[in-house]
Amino acid sequence: MSNIIDIKNLDKSFQNNEGQDLSVLENVNLTLQEGEIVALLGKSGSGKSTLLRIIAGLVPASSGDVLYRGAPITGPAKEVSMVFQSFALMPWLTVLQNVELGLEAQGMARDERRTKAIEAIDMIGLDGFESAYPKELSGGMQQRVGFARALVVNPDLLLMDEPFSALDVLTADNLRGDLLELWGEKKIDTKGILFVTHNIEEAVIVADRVLIFSSNPGCIQAELKIDLPYPRDESSQTFRRYVDQVYTAMTARPGETDLQRRLRKMQSIGLDYRLPNIEVTELLGLLYSMDEYDAKIDLPELAEELHLDIDELFPLIETLELLEFAKAAHGDIELTQAGRSLAKADILERKEIFAAHIKQHVPLIQHICHVIDGRRGHKVSEERFLTRLEDHFTEKEAERVLATAIDWARYAELFAYDYNTGMMSLEDPE
Amino acid sequence: MRKTNFYQKSGATFAFNPWDLIALVLILFLFVLLAYGATQMSKPFNIGQPIKISLDPIYLPIYGLQSVLRMLLAMVFSLLFTFIIGSWAAKSKHAERVVVPAIDVLQSVPVLGYLSITVTGFIALFPGSLMGPEFCCIFVLFTAQVWNMALGFYQSLKTIPDDIVEAARMLNLTPWQRFWRVEVPFAMPNLLWNMMMSMSQSWVFLTLSEAIQVAKQNIQLPGIGSYIFNAIRQGNIHAIMYAIIAMFVVIFLYDQLMFRPLLKWAEKFKFEKMPDEKPSRAWFTSVLQRTQLLRYMSLIFSKWGNAFINIRFTKRTYQEKNSADNGRLMRMAVALFYCLVAVLVVFSVVVFSRFIFSTLGWHDFFHAILLTLASAARIVATLLVSSIIWVPIGVWIGRNPKLAKLAQPIVQFCAAFPATLIYPLAVILILKFNLSINIWSTALIIMGSQWYILFNVIAGTSSMPKEIYFAAKNFNVKGWLWWKRVILPGIFPYYVTGAITAAGGAWNLTIVAELVSWGKHTFAAFGVGSYITEYTNSGDFHRVALGIGLMCVFVLLFNWLIWRPLYNLAETRFRIN
Repeated sequence: MSNIIDIKNLDKSFQNNEGQDLSVLENVNLTLQEGEIVALLGKSGSGKSTLLRIIAGLVPASSGDVLYRGAPITGPAKEVSMVFQSFALMPWLTVLQNVELGLEAQGMARDERRTKAIEAIDMIGLDGFESAYPKELSGGMQQRVGFARALVVNPDLLLMDEPFSALDVLTADNLRGDLLELWGEKKIDTKGILFVTHNIEEAVIVADRVLIFSSNPGCIQAELKIDLPYPRDESSQTFRRYVDQVYTAMTARPGETDLQRRLRKMQSIGLDYRLPNIEVTELLGLLYSMDEYDAKIDLPELAEELHLDIDELFPLIETLELLEFAKAAHGDIELTQAGRSLAKADILERKEIFAAHIKQHVPLIQHICHVIDGRRGHKVSEERFLTRLEDHFTEKEAERVLATAIDWARYAELFAYDYNTGMMSLEDPE
Repeated sequence: MRKTNFYQKSGATFAFNPWDLIALVLILFLFVLLAYGATQMSKPFNIGQPIKISLDPIYLPIYGLQSVLRMLLAMVFSLLFTFIIGSWAAKSKHAERVVVPAIDVLQSVPVLGYLSITVTGFIALFPGSLMGPEFCCIFVLFTAQVWNMALGFYQSLKTIPDDIVEAARMLNLTPWQRFWRVEVPFAMPNLLWNMMMSMSQSWVFLTLSEAIQVAKQNIQLPGIGSYIFNAIRQGNIHAIMYAIIAMFVVIFLYDQLMFRPLLKWAEKFKFEKMPDEKPSRAWFTSVLQRTQLLRYMSLIFSKWGNAFINIRFTKRTYQEKNSADNGRLMRMAVALFYCLVAVLVVFSVVVFSRFIFSTLGWHDFFHAILLTLASAARIVATLLVSSIIWVPIGVWIGRNPKLAKLAQPIVQFCAAFPATLIYPLAVILILKFNLSINIWSTALIIMGSQWYILFNVIAGTSSMPKEIYFAAKNFNVKGWLWWKRVILPGIFPYYVTGAITAAGGAWNLTIVAELVSWGKHTFAAFGVGSYITEYTNSGDFHRVALGIGLMCVFVLLFNWLIWRPLYNLAETRFRIN
């Protein structure tokens, strides 16, 4: 069987303002065979979208081999098309003109491309909307235009960047089903599909293989073959077992003891730790919900009850673990003693516990407090920490990480922050 | 909604309906008019031989037509410049570093400056023909129009969302296709808005560019501008009134026939529809839409457009390459480019300063600085007075949706109407009551630039979320507290935008407002505007260069020290999303 995509030892890093390399993807190896649908699953910031863009030819790799049908990828290939999370339709073109655009780029004559576009529009179930503008359509219909635009050029490989995540549950189900039908009944000539998602169920419904990404820097942590016939029944025992397996793969590192886990944490967390983008109120909300359970909680169950997808759930869990309010392993999670007492505390106690924990476990906050304490007048500009963080992150990410730290510390009343001047201080506001 | 299968080739029946006739007549008439105007413009001419400008109102329609034609030609050149230079700056980071600041500076050069340096060259280029002065006039109008368009286009291109750019790349559009299918449509609403502003701004300089008074030359091109010039020189109040009426009609027509339909058309380019935005109306569009003719024409246009966008020679097998531009040749070219820029900068500084100081001493220099300071004070006063008058009125109008809807087109119209036309009337008053020109020239500047503040204050007030007003009412926030905590911070971003536009216009207006005349009377205010005008007329180019140079420096200082910080403050702290 021939491979559509071959990736060997791929590395990708971006440069920050000072020219230092920030690694995004490390040592990624991947193949996509003919007739396969592969899902790239991971938390946000794990580099899975970057990997998709490297395969698309939109972004060059830093090192390693990236081959499409045996030839290195140097730019967007004509045989590869892409579906975007945000649809990326041209709002000034009608549905028909949007679908025609790819054919126009191939230099096809006007009448011919019109016929082909109308065929694609009919196939995806959009007939009657040819002359509509995208903004007249609902999100689901817009994404159908996105699919028609991608499929009209008869792509050999279809790439999809979280294609259903901007849609509501029912619409996403519907569109997913239609795509699988086109694929299963060979109504399209496409030989392979590679897609990025952060929805575990979606990955298990659609893919033949799921590749699970870990972050910082991104690499493939685990691979899972889904051996189920289409259409897949989401309530079946085997389906649930696959979902559980994914959760387990995402939380546990096989064979790691508690001590090893602590050691890893101590080693890996420094100022360069990428604080998850979590609001304190979200975290507390999760704690209260978890406090209602007496023992270990099954993560898929928790996710379903709180309507959280993994992009929301895993950063929360990571934060709980970081602050030692909870422990997660093998697809389960459990509150620690500190976590329980935090959930039961009143407002003032809550702030005290929270303050103690972030000061102890978040090196960045520890560092800021230390600097402020050491200063005369107990005042420091945020610039100082931003420059420091930019050694490890891009400018935007550095700002985000610092904003998160400030947000947590303000809640804990560790220090005050003035938006206009960017000064952090021990003083209370006037 | 009516279902139209417009992609079907047959089926469309071209039965004539009465609206076709009306549209046909209107459009043919427009063609004939434009053609006639063009033939009038290429008549032979010798320097020194005066062209007769008649003050008989009968000639006004033809003069008006010729002026409009010049404006439109200038607009065509402005668009070309915008497309080429704007996209060059947006696509090459090397070009960006040079082009954007350059446009910033060019924008601060008063329009008269461009006239004085190019007029002799253009006349020499076409000896014995009116084409020379014509080109000069069009060039001056071009310089009044182009800069904000080019900058706006560049900024639009820089803000195309990443996913749209990626989609275009994935579809393998050629650069040419991408330009017409993605970049121009994306920039269109903003571009049209800037074109409208540019047209308004260039009306003001019509007199200046048609009745060319440089170095004691007196060239008058047939047009409304020259008509006004002569009316002022002869002190003919009737002619001025006729000119005002003619101008009123011209601007009204071009607003209704051109810009309203264009804005209506551009709505489809907007990325998202604002929730409470009403579709704008344009009766001319409605007339055209009722015709079969339009459908037929749009078919032809889409065919032409298709042929143009998919033109053969751009279609060589295009394959984008990701390899960075680290080719040796490329790097050398870049290095050469920067060297060239550096040499040019040094060369210009030397030439410019030697040119000025070859005849002028420090005394002249300080005198000119004093003049510029006086003009700067006038600009500040203009902004203060306009704000005190128009902010409360604008808020009042903006709070009343019906009134705002009524007022918006009127204010737009006022902004488009060249204030210079009212100047003669004001001068008559100054003459009659023996007023001080040093003070009242400020009033003249206000007349031209106040509308931008009013316009933006209305827009800001009416676009504030209604919940904020409800909340203020709920907490019983009233009086000064309401102004201080609710409305002034709320409209601040809009106000700053308006003030920046007003200030930019005001600097240019000092040229025409600080030196005014009526019949044999001429009033010159103490300021750099009158300084530049006077020495342009008498042909003392050293002083003209000094005046223009100082004005540029001041405009740029204003921008860097006041407007940029204010704008950033507005964007970061006061922008309501």
